[in-house]
Amino acid sequence: MVERSVRGEATGGAGTPEDGQAVEERLFRRMLLIRRFEDRVYRLFLEGEIPGTLHQYQGQEAVAAGVCDVLRRDDWITSTHRPHGHALAKGVSARAAMAELYGKATGCCGGKGGSMHLGDPAVGMVPAIAIVGGGNTVVTGLGLAMKLRRSDQVAACFFGEGATNEGAFHEGLNFAGVERLPIVLVCENNLYGASTSYARVSRVPDVADRAGAYGIPARIVDGMDVLAVREATIEAVASARAGNGPTLLECKTYRFTGHSRSDARGYRTREEEAEWASRDPLVVLGATLPAPLLDALEEEVRAELDDAVEFARNSPLPDPSEAFKDVYA
Amino acid sequence: MPETTDEARRLTISEALREGIAEEMRRDDDVFLIGEDIGVEGGFGGAFGVYLGLVEEFGHARIIDTPISEKAIAGAAVGAAVLGMRPIADMQYSDFLFECMDELVNQAAKLRYMSGGKLSVPMVMRAPVGATLRGAQHGQCPESYFVHVPGLKVVAPSDAYHAKGILKSAVRDDNPVLIFEHKLLYGSKGREAAGGLDLTAEVPIEDYTFPIGRAVVKRPGRDVTIVATHVSLYRALAAAEELAGRGIECEVIDPLTLLPLDTDTIFESVRRTGRLVIVHEDTLTGGWGAEVAARVADDCLGYLEAPIKRVATADVPAPAAPVLEQAALPQVANVVAAVDSVLA
Repeated sequence: MVERSVRGEATGGAGTPEDGQAVEERLFRRMLLIRRFEDRVYRLFLEGEIPGTLHQYQGQEAVAAGVCDVLRRDDWITSTHRPHGHALAKGVSARAAMAELYGKATGCCGGKGGSMHLGDPAVGMVPAIAIVGGGNTVVTGLGLAMKLRRSDQVAACFFGEGATNEGAFHEGLNFAGVERLPIVLVCENNLYGASTSYARVSRVPDVADRAGAYGIPARIVDGMDVLAVREATIEAVASARAGNGPTLLECKTYRFTGHSRSDARGYRTREEEAEWASRDPLVVLGATLPAPLLDALEEEVRAELDDAVEFARNSPLPDPSEAFKDVYA
Repeated sequence: MPETTDEARRLTISEALREGIAEEMRRDDDVFLIGEDIGVEGGFGGAFGVYLGLVEEFGHARIIDTPISEKAIAGAAVGAAVLGMRPIADMQYSDFLFECMDELVNQAAKLRYMSGGKLSVPMVMRAPVGATLRGAQHGQCPESYFVHVPGLKVVAPSDAYHAKGILKSAVRDDNPVLIFEHKLLYGSKGREAAGGLDLTAEVPIEDYTFPIGRAVVKRPGRDVTIVATHVSLYRALAAAEELAGRGIECEVIDPLTLLPLDTDTIFESVRRTGRLVIVHEDTLTGGWGAEVAARVADDCLGYLEAPIKRVATADVPAPAAPVLEQAALPQVANVVAAVDSVLA
């Protein structure tokens, strides 16, 4: 039931009228925005401008960008403790995301969510769920609501390979399959749950094989290739919209940074890191685009992030009384 | 309480809940049921029969039988509620809520706050409580765990009228509401375990709700205030009756909602009586009675003429053998003794 998919091998669905360089440019720009956002955030954090902690997304951009490119604004996603890329890809503005990290009133959650809970219902993103596996049951409810209302929306659930050892993954997957919910389960297999390698905690090397146990189709996707991710998602989303139930996409990817800001990455080799760095999703796609375009996109993104940082810096802090609001509707 | 009319009927809590659920499902297409063994043909209509007959009217699209997956049940309810549906989720036993603490405590209770108020989670979770000779894992009263969680509402009805009214309020509430019902109170008419009382209550035919957050004075009195829920409420009423024979007048309050607590009603009563006894079947330490005691101590200390007393299940898991269960649970005699002690 598990298909191996690389770019160009998607069997159906791909091929909208806008295919070609416009799609690639859009995807590259979105990945670049995420990459530069994360790079910028890292420095601002070290400089003491951003409070709290960070779980960064550099290296995995192709997954968020490729999946969300296929989703409509009224489709929904759930995310994880590493949500910056998902939020930017689903349509949270760089301003609103940055201001949220700054703990400002203008943040997408008014400063109450922070780095680990970025999200905005207006763009179809549940505040990111920072409990590993937490989204895997909540997404079934999103799908159930869509099914009960006979809408053609879909819900995508981002989770790491580490979540597949949580009970929630299994309960959610089985229930989604039994109810044929319009869901796409997007596993970002970045090989490590914090410091623990997946090989050490699973006898099953591929997460995709676990879907078969629940009668759910799965595909292994090159998670460093945004076009491959997009093509696989087109097929999974079409299947979900057609009422055929969930699909699991296992995107093989790699987090270029540590798990969180204080991680010196002593559990993996520099050689392994170099090998994955050579497959940087921006390099993979960038190699196919003209250099002047890349320069122009770089400049656009720089301006967008300059603006986002200025916006965040200049935004008001939440009034302390806000701490006591929004507990109840 | 409703006015008595020609149409007044007496219903059990089971019947009243079933009627309330059906009415809400007819009123609002977004209301649906989700749980284990709730709509299977030839099945049970839920662990305690509350849903019997509903699947015939509403079908399997709106009465969703799940795998034995409490995390999926609660998570599905949370997600559907985020999109504006009004799920009524079912736990066969409240002990199973511990299987889905993440979905209830980390997701249902906090998503609204985390979003900065941009979404809400209008879900209901029903869960039966109480020791009924089933031992340690099917006999707990876990209300207090949830009373500690900002973002949740916790209700604990003890008669048919209020059970139906508060269930309807819960379905219409835009927040996650946990409804704890006692197994011994569902359908029993004059069950010995509940003090030999007729537990049916008058339930009007007309649509009505009872607000979350309002306590009810079940029996007025001037000498001692007793706050109690579920079977303990009936024990307290039996104790009050016995004490009345000795000229001691107890005011018995059913708080109905444990979060948010109707402190106004409790404070007003304690300021008159100057004495407070709290009775619950949850274990003593950290039970919701401790919160009531602390609030009263904060606000009414000057009015108190005796220490606040709590009568609760001993700090032990629920034992199975009848003689052991009875030894651990609060009895009428314990309530009488507590009242005597605050009057001594």
